Amino acid sequence: MRHVIIGNGVASVGAIEAIRSADRESPVTVISSEPHRVYGRPLISSLLGGRIREEDIYYRPEGFYAANNVTLLTGKTATGINTQARKVRLESGEAVPFDKLLIATGGVPFVPPVEGLDGPDVYFFTTLDDARKLDILAAKLRKIVVLGGGLIGLKAAESLHDRGIHVTVVELADRILSAAFDAEAGGIIARRLAESGISLVLGNTVTKIVRIKKRARRVVLSDGGSVPCEAVVTAIGVVPNKALAEKAGIGVNRGILTDDFMQTNVPGIFAAGDVAEAKDMLWGERRVTPIWPNAYIQGRHAGLSMAGAARPYPGGIPMNSIEFYGIPTVSMGISTPPAEGYEVLARLEPEKNCYRKLVLRNGKLVGAVLVGRIDRSGILSGLIRNGVDVELLKQEMLRDDFGFSDMQPEIRQALLAAY
Amino acid sequence: MRRATLKPPEGNGMKRVYQKEDVCIGCRLCEIGCIVEHSPAKDVVKAFRNVSPRPEPRNIVEERGPLSFSVNCRHCDEPACLHACISGAIAKDPLTGIVGQDPEKCVGCWSCIMACPFGVIRKNGAQSKAVKCDLCAGRTIPACVEACPNRALVFEER
Ligand SMILES: Cc1cc2nc3c(=O)[nH]c(=O)nc-3n(C[C@H](O)[C@H](O)[C@H](O)COP(=O)(O)OP(=O)(O)OC[C@H]3O[C@@H](n4cnc5c(N)ncnc54)[C@H](O)[C@@H]3O)c2cc1C
Repeated sequence: MRHVIIGNGVASVGAIEAIRSADRESPVTVISSEPHRVYGRPLISSLLGGRIREEDIYYRPEGFYAANNVTLLTGKTATGINTQARKVRLESGEAVPFDKLLIATGGVPFVPPVEGLDGPDVYFFTTLDDARKLDILAAKLRKIVVLGGGLIGLKAAESLHDRGIHVTVVELADRILSAAFDAEAGGIIARRLAESGISLVLGNTVTKIVRIKKRARRVVLSDGGSVPCEAVVTAIGVVPNKALAEKAGIGVNRGILTDDFMQTNVPGIFAAGDVAEAKDMLWGERRVTPIWPNAYIQGRHAGLSMAGAARPYPGGIPMNSIEFYGIPTVSMGISTPPAEGYEVLARLEPEKNCYRKLVLRNGKLVGAVLVGRIDRSGILSGLIRNGVDVELLKQEMLRDDFGFSDMQPEIRQALLAAY
Repeated sequence: MRRATLKPPEGNGMKRVYQKEDVCIGCRLCEIGCIVEHSPAKDVVKAFRNVSPRPEPRNIVEERGPLSFSVNCRHCDEPACLHACISGAIAKDPLTGIVGQDPEKCVGCWSCIMACPFGVIRKNGAQSKAVKCDLCAGRTIPACVEACPNRALVFEER
C-alpha cells in the first residue's frame, strides 16, 4: 500500500501520525511546495513580532519524518493527479504513484479586487517565507497598511506594530473580527488595539494603491480618503486551494467535498484541512472551517481511513483562541447566530474588558464568545461536542467560574468518566 | 475525548486518576502534593516560600456547598488539547499514554484551554505558558493520589 500526501501542513501531520498508529510498514510520501519541514503556521506572527526564535516555529522535531518512515519531498509542487492511473505529477516532471492519496493543500490567500494590488510592495501573510520577507521590511519601513481586520490581519498588524511600524488596518465590515465576534467582543478588542497605537479604519476599503516611481506611497479608500504607506499586507482570509483536485475531476464545492471518512467522490482519494469541505457538527452539513484543530483531526481521520482503521469523523466545530495585547479571547461554535431559533445569554463588563456570551439552540449549547477571562473554557466546548442539555445551567454557565460542580450529578459523572 | 455518552473502550492498559466525590472533603492536599512534586526542590516548605506567584497545581478542586472533588487530566485517547496545540508543545507518549507538554515550546495561545473538555489545563500567569498534568511520570502513584487522606482520588484502569 503506497500512501501519498500532497501538502505538508498540520492536516498532513495528523494523517501521518494516524497512518503510523495503524501501519508501520507501508511507504508514505509527502509532497510539499514549501521548502520547509512542517511548522506552526499561526506562529509566523510570533516570529515576525520577535516573540519566538525561528528554530521554535517547527511543529514536530527534526527527526519526525525519519522516525515515522516518511519520505518528505520539499520544494516540490504537485501539478496534476491522474485518478485512473493513480499517479501524482510533479512540476519537475516526475510522477509519484499512489494507492491511497490525501489532498491536504490548505488555503491560498484571497485576493481582493484592488487596483494596483499585483504590483511591488504588496505582501501576504500566510507562510514562513512571507514572515521572513516582512521581517526584513520591518527593519526598514515606517508605515504599513494591513488590508483585512480578521484574525490573520490583526495578527499581522500586532506583530508589525511591535516592530515599531505605524500600522493602519482597513476593514470593510463595521467591526473587526466579524466572522467569529459580535459587536461587543470586537469592540473591546478594537479599543485595546487603538489604545496600543494601531489605527483602525472600519466600514471602508482600499480601492487603489498609488505608486510613485514604482514604489507604494499611499492607498485610496472607498470613501475617498487616503492613507500614506510604504507597503500593503493583504490579509482578507484564505480560500480552499482546490484547483488541483478540481482539474482532476474530483468533486468540489467551496472546498473539496468529503464524506464521513474524509474520502472524496473518488475512492481511495481523501481530503483534509483548510482545503476540505467536511462535516460540521453543529450545522449538520459540510462546511469549510479553516482552523488548526479541525485540520489536525480531519487529517487524522483521513489517515485512519487510508490505513484501513477507519473511524467516522464526528464533524468539526469552529473554535479560536487568540490574545490581543494581554486580552485573551475564545470563540467557539455558532458565535453570531441567525435571529431565529437561537437563545443568547450574555454578560458584558466593558470597564474590565470582559465579555461572556453563550448561544443555545433547542436547549443545547452551540456557541460561545469569551473575552478577558477564558479559564476552563474547554468545559463549554465539551458541552457543545457532547450535545449536553444545558437548559438548567443557563445562569451558572454565565459565571466565570462555571464548572462540573454546577451540573446535575448524572451529567457531571458521565462527563468526568470519559477519556 | 470520546463522547461521554459512549462507554469507554475495553481497558487499554492505562491507569488514570479518578475522583470519588462522595468521600472528598475538599482539603486540597492533592493540590499541595502536585505543587510540591513539580517544584524544583520537591519540598513542601521550599515549594511555597519565596516562590511568587504561587505555582499552579495541575489538578483543579471544585467546591460548591458540601460538594467537592478534584478534576484531573484524563490523558485522553483522542486528546483535544494535543489536536488544538499550534506549537507542537503537546504530545502523547505511545508507550505510556501520557499526554505531556513541553513548556519550552508552549507559546501561551491557550488553544489547549479552549479545547480541553475537562477544563483542567491552567495558565501559568507568570510565564504565559499553559501547565498540565504529566501523571507524575517516573512515580508509581501520582502525588495527588498519594496526598489524598481519604482515598477520594484513585489511580486505576477503567
Ligand atoms: C497568520 C495565521 C494565523 C493563524 N492563526 C490561527 C490560530 O490561532 N488558530 C487556528 O486554529 N488557526 C489559525 N490559522 C489557520 C491555520 O494555520 C490553518 O487552519 C492550518 O494551517 C491548516 O492546515 P492545513 O494542513 O490544512 O493547510 P496548510 O497549513 O495551509 O498547509 C498546506 C501545505 O500544502 C502545500 N501545498 C499546497 N498545494 C500544493 C501542491 N500542489 N503541491 C505540494 N504542496 C502543496 C502548501 O505549500 C502548504 O505548505 C492561522 C493562519 C495564519 C495564516
